[in-house]
Amino acid sequence: MKKQQEEVSLGMLPGQLEPVRVGRRLFLRYAGAFATGGAILASCKNGEENPTTVMAPVDLGSGDVSILNYAYALEQLEAAFYTQVIATPYSGMTDAEKTLLTDIRNHEIIHREFFKAALGANAIAALTPNFTTITFTDRSSVLNTAKAFEDLGVSAYNGAGSLIKDVNYLALAGKIVSVEARHAAAIRDLLNPKSADFAGDDIVAPATGLDKADAPSVVLPIAQTYVKTQITATNLPK
Amino acid sequence: MNLFKIISDIEQIDPEVSERYSFYSRRNLLKFGSNLVAAGIPAIVAGSLNKALAQSGAPSAAAVATLQFALTLEYLEDEFYRMGLAASGLIPAADTKVIAQISKHEAAHVALLKGALGTAAPAKPTFKYPTGTFTSYATFLATARALEDTGVAAYKGQAGELINDKAILTTALQIHSVEARHASEVRRILGLKGWVSDPAQTTFTQGGVALKTLPNTTGFTDDSFREAFDEPLTKAAVLAIAAPFLG
Repeated sequence: MKKQQEEVSLGMLPGQLEPVRVGRRLFLRYAGAFATGGAILASCKNGEENPTTVMAPVDLGSGDVSILNYAYALEQLEAAFYTQVIATPYSGMTDAEKTLLTDIRNHEIIHREFFKAALGANAIAALTPNFTTITFTDRSSVLNTAKAFEDLGVSAYNGAGSLIKDVNYLALAGKIVSVEARHAAAIRDLLNPKSADFAGDDIVAPATGLDKADAPSVVLPIAQTYVKTQITATNLPK
Repeated sequence: MNLFKIISDIEQIDPEVSERYSFYSRRNLLKFGSNLVAAGIPAIVAGSLNKALAQSGAPSAAAVATLQFALTLEYLEDEFYRMGLAASGLIPAADTKVIAQISKHEAAHVALLKGALGTAAPAKPTFKYPTGTFTSYATFLATARALEDTGVAAYKGQAGELINDKAILTTALQIHSVEARHASEVRRILGLKGWVSDPAQTTFTQGGVALKTLPNTTGFTDDSFREAFDEPLTKAAVLAIAAPFLG
């Protein structure tokens, strides 16, 4: 068990990092969390014994489950972001903005919890976000991040639709992606009111009127920059 | 030609559909490609659609019917915004950029779908508009909201029909989310929220999951649970909504 754990976790650390020697005490805590199938992340937050993050990588799995986990991962990221946005509002946040951002936070939490419940035992673990590049006190930083997340979510769902086999899952993804697109337009409108930006030429191709559709292999590396937990997706359908 | 006729035609021809659409022969496959080029569709889009055709031999009857249905809705949206932009004094200067951007996309969607359908593309129907549509901005915006929300729900309702036509499904999804962006913006100009809270949604259940008992949602209003999932509309329901516009 110990050997296997080390191989798995060390093997998946980002390339430049030196292999991390896992102390016995941390390992026991780590292994214990792993065995109970859950809160590895809670233990990892307390990193005084080992400043280099040691975290179990999560693999999205295969088949439709992997696509649902992919969506679950993105919803976790969005929900964590908006939870922080509402917990520590940027300076000058208007009441209207707070209402709008609270709505979005609630939708993303519902999406996250929905996927977790729908996946049941197949759900990946909770991911630890990495929001060090975001200045939560600054409106521009927050709204531009929100815009990036919403656009990324739309392109991810659009790109993953054709990978889904079960028509019921496809229908559910369809119900969620348009909500993300509604969010994206609203956030873009906050940044540049009543301009063409709500569906700007930077995101909707002017010649075709088509939104982006990106494969998981494009989306995940972008999402990964906001997530400490290493996400692997080697068995996704193609 | 009207929406009802198109749809009943499509439904009635089911048995012979493969014959009727046998224009997807190799020769017409090439024509399909050239239509896309003629319509100004970037080669990458034309390429992916042609690739799907090459793989499956032809788009399924369901996919062709769905594209025809979508084109008819896009015809309506396209004409509606063009007429709105042409109506003197209707759209305030402050909103022109938004409406023009939407109009640009609807025109692109018509060109895309016409190009994809080639000879199977239905002609543009003659539409009529309720009194005041192009003289009252409030009426125009309310109509825009109805068309956009209906468009989102219509594409969503047809996604399952495209599950075996992967490239077409992706394209439809890419249109679907653009309609959702439009809907959100029009709603916000109207002073509404960008998302939909449908009071008809009383089960608060999605995919067998009871939403209101989910963890971490204590204190969330019914609106939040309703807004988090956009609901689809069936073809019949969309047609009922489109009925007032049929000439």
